[in-house]
Amino acid sequence: MSTPRSRWLSKGAVNGVLLLATCYMLFPLVWLVTAATKDAGGLLAGDAFSFEGFDLGGNLARLAAYNDGVYFRWYLNSLLYAGVGAAACALISVAAGYAFHVYDFRGKEKLFGLVLLGVLVPTTALALPMYLLASDLGIVNTYAAVLLPVLVNPFGVYLSRVLCAAYVPDEVLEAARIDGAGELRVFWSIGLRTVMPGFVTVFLFQFTAVWNNFFLPLVMLSDQKLFPLSLGLYAWNSNAHAEPDYYPLVVTGSLLAVVPLVLAFVSLQRHWRAGLTAGSVK
Amino acid sequence: MKARTRAAALLLTPFLLLFTAVLVVPIGYAVWLSLFTEKQSGLGFGGSETVFTGLGNYATALGDRAFREGFGVLLGYCLLYLPLLLGGALGLALLLDSALARARRFFQLALFLPHAVPGIIAALIWVYLYTPQLSPVVKAMEAGGIGFDFFSPEGALPSVVNIALWEWLGYNLIIFYAALQAIDRSVLEAATVDGAGAWRTAFSVKVPLLRGSLAMVGLFTVIGSLQLFTEPLILSRGTGSAVTSTWTPNMYAYSAAFDRNDYGLAAAASILLALTAALLSFAVTRLTRDRKEKAA
Repeated sequence: MSTPRSRWLSKGAVNGVLLLATCYMLFPLVWLVTAATKDAGGLLAGDAFSFEGFDLGGNLARLAAYNDGVYFRWYLNSLLYAGVGAAACALISVAAGYAFHVYDFRGKEKLFGLVLLGVLVPTTALALPMYLLASDLGIVNTYAAVLLPVLVNPFGVYLSRVLCAAYVPDEVLEAARIDGAGELRVFWSIGLRTVMPGFVTVFLFQFTAVWNNFFLPLVMLSDQKLFPLSLGLYAWNSNAHAEPDYYPLVVTGSLLAVVPLVLAFVSLQRHWRAGLTAGSVK
Repeated sequence: MKARTRAAALLLTPFLLLFTAVLVVPIGYAVWLSLFTEKQSGLGFGGSETVFTGLGNYATALGDRAFREGFGVLLGYCLLYLPLLLGGALGLALLLDSALARARRFFQLALFLPHAVPGIIAALIWVYLYTPQLSPVVKAMEAGGIGFDFFSPEGALPSVVNIALWEWLGYNLIIFYAALQAIDRSVLEAATVDGAGAWRTAFSVKVPLLRGSLAMVGLFTVIGSLQLFTEPLILSRGTGSAVTSTWTPNMYAYSAAFDRNDYGLAAAASILLALTAALLSFAVTRLTRDRKEKAA
């Protein structure tokens, strides 16, 4: 059997390895925070952890002022795409997942299988035909071009069905029907309410996916005013190699773009955990 | 009964309509597009006309060395990335699941945090950390006598793999950790009673029970890897990196469509990529199902 000494050693080793991995994960984020406090000269000096060239206020002011505050316009666009897109997507997914769980109809499992196949389609393979279709419809370079595609998430439907099976109590649905409530009413006031944690999970996943989305806006948008953050920062970065003054803009802009997601994940841990766990159980 | 059918239809309609509009129709349209090509008419003035070319675009794509090399890059990428990702995530999950780990919630959150960072921003941060003028890492490595050029031809693959690893390690770790936590504790107690130590329990009991999760994570990782685009795109723009603008098949398709306006070729390349993904997932699900049936 193990001696207290060897147990103490393995405890140190286990936690040491975990700590090392944590450092690898956090280092780039710490760098981002310190780098955002520097002017271009300080950044190019490459010594991110000194306070040489400290100019966080200046960076923020320049970020806000650049090109009539286009950065904050991108910020609002991202909030719009991710917020509206994810809320609508979650509602649509939960409605479909609920229908798959509660009702029986012919060809149900076949249809569900088709939806699941949708999870496997590489989204980037769809972007080009979607772009061409959108340009035929004349909606390229509009909010709709980015919003419409993000309303669909087959994985969200799968997740909703699994979560409905876990949360929605059949007896309560039956009781409501006996009391004379219509089917849609039952969905709205019982189904949706009991599966609310699932709704939040799907919302959170889709919000992150849309906030992170880069390929679709890259293909669909050319008007800077419609850009989300990801595309705007990409455009600035393309300038930075020739014009180093863009570096502080990109770094500070990146930091501000990361903050809401980090906050959302820290405060809503329970929900993304639920989503990942459901995904891991087959 | 009729009311129920109507309700089911009503609740499903929004999703199915959109599913058709943004998945089924674009796939069909891509197939259609891939069968046509633009031909310069006559002497080259008077514009171009669209002509049917059958599988011509597929032949062009497969005949293009740049496209084939893209698949070579993906193969090399997967060979390096997959073992590191699966091994790293599984190893860390086992450590976290062991009785010795402290501060489990903190570690889970800290290790997961990079996944909250948008891919494009993760790529930007790391490219800056690879850039000698900007990076404390490169400077520290040089001071330590290690000169590694992340933008050199040998550095291309490790540079991209590192970014992907940083983004996805924590995510997969949480999936494995959740699966480990779901293992019936009595099985683990039985192993301990039989005299198995922590190592033995981990490798002979826990890991075999995680086979399903491992196969699923592996499959999704490979499908995700086939779409590799954002990280190498950032590397390919203005850094002087060896990563070219057609480095992966997806970048090839993008460049065919938007640099050369050859939509037919771009569609054919995208479809070949999607077919590869479909074949792979079919093979993997088949393989795991056979295993399960044999085990049963």
